[in-house]
Amino acid sequence: MYVAVKGGEAAIDNAHRLLADRRRGDRSVPAMQIEQIIEQLGLAVDRVMSEGSLYDRELAALAFKQARGDMIEAIFILRAYRTTLPRFGYSEPVDSGTMQIERRISATYKDLPGGQLLGPTFDYTHRLLDPGLMGDEAVGTPPRREAGDRQAPRVSDILAHEGLIENDSDLPDDHPAGDLTREPLEFPMARDVRLQALSRGDEGFLLALGYSTQRGFARSHPFAGEIRIGEVEVEIDVPELGFSVCLGRIQVTECQMVNQFQGSSKSPPQFTRGYGLVFGQSERKAMAMSLVDRSLRASELGEDITAPAQDEEFVISHADNVQATGFVEHLKLPHYVDFQAELDLVRRMRAEFLASQAGDDVADNGVEAAQ
Amino acid sequence: MSAVASQDVFRGGFANPDFDAQMVFRQIMNALARPGTVCMIDAFTEPPAPLSPCTGAIAATLFDADTEIWLDPLLLERQEVVGWLTFQTAAPLAETGFDARFALVSSGDLLPPLERFAQGTQEYPDRSTTIILQLDSLEGGVPLVLAGPGIKDRHVIEPVGLPPRFVEQWAANNSHYPRGVDIILVADDGLIGLPRTTRIEPTDGQEA
Amino acid sequence: MKSETDSAEVTLQNARRAAMAVLARAEASELQKAWNEWPDQPDVQLLRGPETGLVMVRGRIGGGGTPFNLGEATVTRATVELSNGQVGHAHALGTDKEKVRHAAIIDALWQDETSRPAVEDQIVEPIRQRLDRQDSTRRDETAATRVDFFTMVRGEDE
Repeated sequence: MYVAVKGGEAAIDNAHRLLADRRRGDRSVPAMQIEQIIEQLGLAVDRVMSEGSLYDRELAALAFKQARGDMIEAIFILRAYRTTLPRFGYSEPVDSGTMQIERRISATYKDLPGGQLLGPTFDYTHRLLDPGLMGDEAVGTPPRREAGDRQAPRVSDILAHEGLIENDSDLPDDHPAGDLTREPLEFPMARDVRLQALSRGDEGFLLALGYSTQRGFARSHPFAGEIRIGEVEVEIDVPELGFSVCLGRIQVTECQMVNQFQGSSKSPPQFTRGYGLVFGQSERKAMAMSLVDRSLRASELGEDITAPAQDEEFVISHADNVQATGFVEHLKLPHYVDFQAELDLVRRMRAEFLASQAGDDVADNGVEAAQ
Repeated sequence: MSAVASQDVFRGGFANPDFDAQMVFRQIMNALARPGTVCMIDAFTEPPAPLSPCTGAIAATLFDADTEIWLDPLLLERQEVVGWLTFQTAAPLAETGFDARFALVSSGDLLPPLERFAQGTQEYPDRSTTIILQLDSLEGGVPLVLAGPGIKDRHVIEPVGLPPRFVEQWAANNSHYPRGVDIILVADDGLIGLPRTTRIEPTDGQEA
Repeated sequence: MKSETDSAEVTLQNARRAAMAVLARAEASELQKAWNEWPDQPDVQLLRGPETGLVMVRGRIGGGGTPFNLGEATVTRATVELSNGQVGHAHALGTDKEKVRHAAIIDALWQDETSRPAVEDQIVEPIRQRLDRQDSTRRDETAATRVDFFTMVRGEDE
């Protein structure tokens, strides 16, 4: 029997008003300003931008506030917003080599040109809670040191001679960049679309997969060749002007993972590379991305596919947390009718099972009796 | 600087881009849902000749940076037309009809054979060209009897200026279904949709 | 002769691009103030926008290889026409429509040879200097976190 039901409008309306109340919390505590979120919770904003796949600090901070700090909800809101906007065009590829660097480290070369720049890092902190931050203790200005015009070339460019390390990419020059927001996913996919999917992928999921490769599920002997964080210029070609114009700068994190590679029937022994590039300051994500990018290149490099992190369809289909949350969370929506049908089915199967057991008992008794 | 011949390319867009484009989009949708019905629009643009205000409105509604467009040779040689379309829509030019999501054709005699445009694939029949064909008039021409989804029984249209042998070409286009092109006929303030599902039936007493 | 004209045009175009890049990174308040203080303001007609949309930001595989689509950024653009017929364009990251409208007006003023020196000296150059100072401060702050390795004991010296 199917009964159409309707209702809950008043309940939903009231639930939203309750949500607004709880989001605001105790009215005697000052409301949080968007600027405060951007300035003081910057890494949360960066994660919302990177996985929301939309670079806009103000909107990401608003989404974060609206979602009461729920990352995936905020990412969802930002993704929904972007669908309302027209796309004006495509930028020229950003050049991480000319980045205004805020942090740059290499775990493979101690003395690399430009030096090891630690930047605003949590590394080397003791992870002890800081009671000073309970209040609003004054914070001094950071020390300075004459930077001069030192260049910091990419480590991959330094290593490129000798042929010990592979080139940036082997896709043909005229390969059009695929766009998963425009075309449905098709497997196997080219590395460009995979990188787009990984860059907007869930940090936790990629972190776990990257970790799994280190623990032996598709071991790839990684070294952090270089991690750099900083601002790059975004240029767009404006057809009506006939030249490209600079739109401003965005902050990105780039990771070059260098992996030992013993060679295969397809490639000589050399260092291969995994690449990570994400919006904002997000070192963990960029590192995890580069590990997973490398493991997903298994078939390209002629390696056996033995681990989850090498399975392109598995990784890419499950990396998007908005899709994942949509499908998991839809289970809480009313399934009254589906469940009613299942209930009937289970009742029937159970009756059949009990009936056949009763039959078996009779048969077993028969056998026993014969013995 | 040479990309722009004249400052006029910056003028003549929609007066209220959001509402105007929504209104025109709705009429294009209606035209394709009810093939043969003349759908009128009342939001226009002022594009350079030979584009009509109505054709320009359709272009401004449908084209964007992600839709490669094919222009007939007459349009292509008018720098102000290309400049206007580029500024108003940002649509890149397709190298051939096979690469085009939309084709803009300023008169029937400039319409290439339909098979020279993208036909879509069995998996993605939507990856085909939608042809916007500007005509002299949607009334007063040789009657064509339309049938198919979205049409109750039969519907007669009388567009003026379709190319010769259009009916045969259209029958061939029907035969590739689900692949094929869709056409929007435009004249004055109106448009008629001819989706690939619409058939042109033989009229009484004459071979179509 | 022709190549001289071409190179002059390229120089002019590069100068305009550089000015537009500064305007794109300027604070909204800087541009508003500049326009408010501009003497003999021409009438301004909006030809397009200001409107907000997206630009798909591209990176390169491995940093220098084939381009791929990284993700989108909000961008706002405007095209204006001054009463003297000069058309100006502006594009900037973000959603600030007023800022971009002002930037488009200033781009139009820049293209007019008579007003260009004033636009460069009074508007673009001060903002450029502020941005350069800001960059330089950040570079110096980062440089202070550079590691100076020193050798404690060399084994083979024993």
